[in-house]
Amino acid sequence: MDCDAFFASVEKRDNPELADKPVIVGGGKRGVVSTCCYLARIKGVRSAMPMFQALKLCPDAVVVKPRFEAYVAASKAIRAMMDELTPVVEPLSLDEAFMDLTGTQRLHGAPPAVMLARLTRRMKDELGLTGSIGLSHNKFLAKVASDLDKPRGFSVIGKAETQDFLRPRSVRMIWGIGPAAQESLDRVGIRTFEDLLRWDQADLVARFGGMGDRLWHLARGQDARRVSNRTPVKGLSNETTFGEDTSDPDILDGHIWRMAEKVSGRAKAKDLAGRVVTLKLKRSNHTLVSKRHSLRHPTQVADTIYRVARGMFDTVAGQAPFRLVGVGISDLTGADIADLEGDLLDPDAGKRAKAEKATDAIRARFGADAIIKGRALR
Amino acid sequence: MKFSIERGALLKAVAQAQSVVERRNTIPILANVLIEAEGDSVQFRATDLDIEVVDRAPAMVEKAGATTVSAMTLNEIVRKLPDGALVTLSDNAQVGRLSIEAGRSNFELATLPREDFPVMASSEYATNFSAPAAVLRRLFDKAKFAISTEETRYYLNGVYLHVADGESGKVLRCVATDGHRLARIDALLPEGAEGMAGVIVPRKTVGEMRKLLEDDEMQIAVSVSETKVRFATPDITMTSKVIDGTFPDYTRVIPQGNTRRLEVDASEFARAVDRVATVSSERSRAVKLSLDEDRLILSVNAPDSGAAEEELAVAYADEKLEIGFNAKYLLEIASQVDRENAVFLFNSSGDPTLMREGDDMSAVYVVMPMRV
Repeated sequence: MDCDAFFASVEKRDNPELADKPVIVGGGKRGVVSTCCYLARIKGVRSAMPMFQALKLCPDAVVVKPRFEAYVAASKAIRAMMDELTPVVEPLSLDEAFMDLTGTQRLHGAPPAVMLARLTRRMKDELGLTGSIGLSHNKFLAKVASDLDKPRGFSVIGKAETQDFLRPRSVRMIWGIGPAAQESLDRVGIRTFEDLLRWDQADLVARFGGMGDRLWHLARGQDARRVSNRTPVKGLSNETTFGEDTSDPDILDGHIWRMAEKVSGRAKAKDLAGRVVTLKLKRSNHTLVSKRHSLRHPTQVADTIYRVARGMFDTVAGQAPFRLVGVGISDLTGADIADLEGDLLDPDAGKRAKAEKATDAIRARFGADAIIKGRALR
Repeated sequence: MKFSIERGALLKAVAQAQSVVERRNTIPILANVLIEAEGDSVQFRATDLDIEVVDRAPAMVEKAGATTVSAMTLNEIVRKLPDGALVTLSDNAQVGRLSIEAGRSNFELATLPREDFPVMASSEYATNFSAPAAVLRRLFDKAKFAISTEETRYYLNGVYLHVADGESGKVLRCVATDGHRLARIDALLPEGAEGMAGVIVPRKTVGEMRKLLEDDEMQIAVSVSETKVRFATPDITMTSKVIDGTFPDYTRVIPQGNTRRLEVDASEFARAVDRVATVSSERSRAVKLSLDEDRLILSVNAPDSGAAEEELAVAYADEKLEIGFNAKYLLEIASQVDRENAVFLFNSSGDPTLMREGDDMSAVYVVMPMRV
């Protein structure tokens, strides 16, 4: 299931005035397009396009700042609907998920196709959001199918027609084949699945390594990856691009805090903690500055993540101005062994961790904006 | 330059100098040792730009002069020469070679000009005093395990050497901490050290300097300025930059009001901790101490790997207490105790715990508990 222009659809739903206008979701005058509605896509606007370019293509577009809380809420509601269909849901992002519907026919008394049609109808009726369905016998084909007739699409690729379906199509549609991989395939004359079928497995492996083996199987419509709701997360990170480059330490500090808080929030939701804190900064000329710091003990506390990130920031602050800041945690562990030990030199850390816990409890009850830190306001 | 020297004296001098040289060097000259022959002695000088070692040895100097060669290669050669051999070193500046002759062995090493060798600028030392090697050794040895390796808190990457108010008057004190444990070691204040500015002696210097302190009776001349510290014996002078930072106020870290007192045989305690920690999960390494009237139960409960428990007879007469610690930290502080029983002073399971040897206040350790 892949939602159609998800962020933009949520915006249109929440603000009916936008319904017949091209809508672009993205931040500030310097940012890039996060998503855009289909009206904007007709004009050529695409995700990840720089905003100024998007506005050149579609000058009458309404640019909306992303409201992630609203998207997360909508995503959770959809997720709950999917959870009713099957216990095996693997979310790829807020607006996209794999579902393994194997064996669910007896449970629901209807075949998967019917259940999926009902799912999209429910999404439309109850949430005012639309999605496209791709139904097939493995992940690769389901993903391909979901993109076939967006928006509000419903495509099925059956086992019998898999080979005929794939043969004339470009290998470009394989998820993970970017321009670079495409170029190396081009060089040996592989453009379509038909071309790919002419290669021996051994030759493909010899030429492309692990990817070659995968290509050989995909050419035959085979993909053994399971739908898993337990995909291990390697790291959590959040980043933000500013409206304009800044060297102002207070503003940057505010952003570092907000990102640390977001990362911490996600870690807490997933019961995860990280042993490594990373800080990412992009300078005006787009060069990246990244720093990492290993903690002695894993943490999920926003205050700790912030302090470590801030410490790293201080060592590179001289390279300002920056246009982007990101904070992340990795080398993840369960929350049960996180934040077990205090810091002798920072006796207030315990108090701050307690304050954070209290804050979390208040937010859980009254919403994310019920209580915020002063420095998040900068 | 030409001089002859006994192999043993040469080896000692070169080995000491060579050990400060970094293994991987981007600046070739820093891999070299500067050899200067004059009068009736030879000097070997090596540096990593933060530490400089100068080692002197008596030699028969035929022709004064100086050159530089690879410290590691020279050390290897001398090490492999037979004991008691007389070694003759002479340089040929024209071809850029140093020749080393001993018996029938002949070596030629490439040299780099002495002018390129970075000699550490000498500085004015505001404080000069001397202390027996044994005293300095104790100060640094007992503190160094707590030095932090965390780069962001670089000011903790060394031992804070300073003058402080001890139990009975001024003391010379070393403090090291990484935020999880802290060591505070005191010694009688040597004459002349009174006005010394506190300096943070870097980890590497602490390790290198240790080699000067083997001989108990040796008096070590210590000189301290705001940016450098120098330790010297008659043969060796080691100069090091100090860490440019402010050591945090550690005094408020040391608990004053901990009243629950546990006394235990340190080595028995350490062995028991080590045994039960065997099953603890690698990542958290938490050991729980359960205290109740003269009884200590050490336990580990690691859901994914297993559980362990051991009971020790101890002296404890206060309220029941359960408190967790990182096993490694407990082992490290327990191993600092060598003469008497270890005395732990607890407050609550969330507060820092103090440990000392008997009632000796000249070595005090603080360790942060872990939630268990």
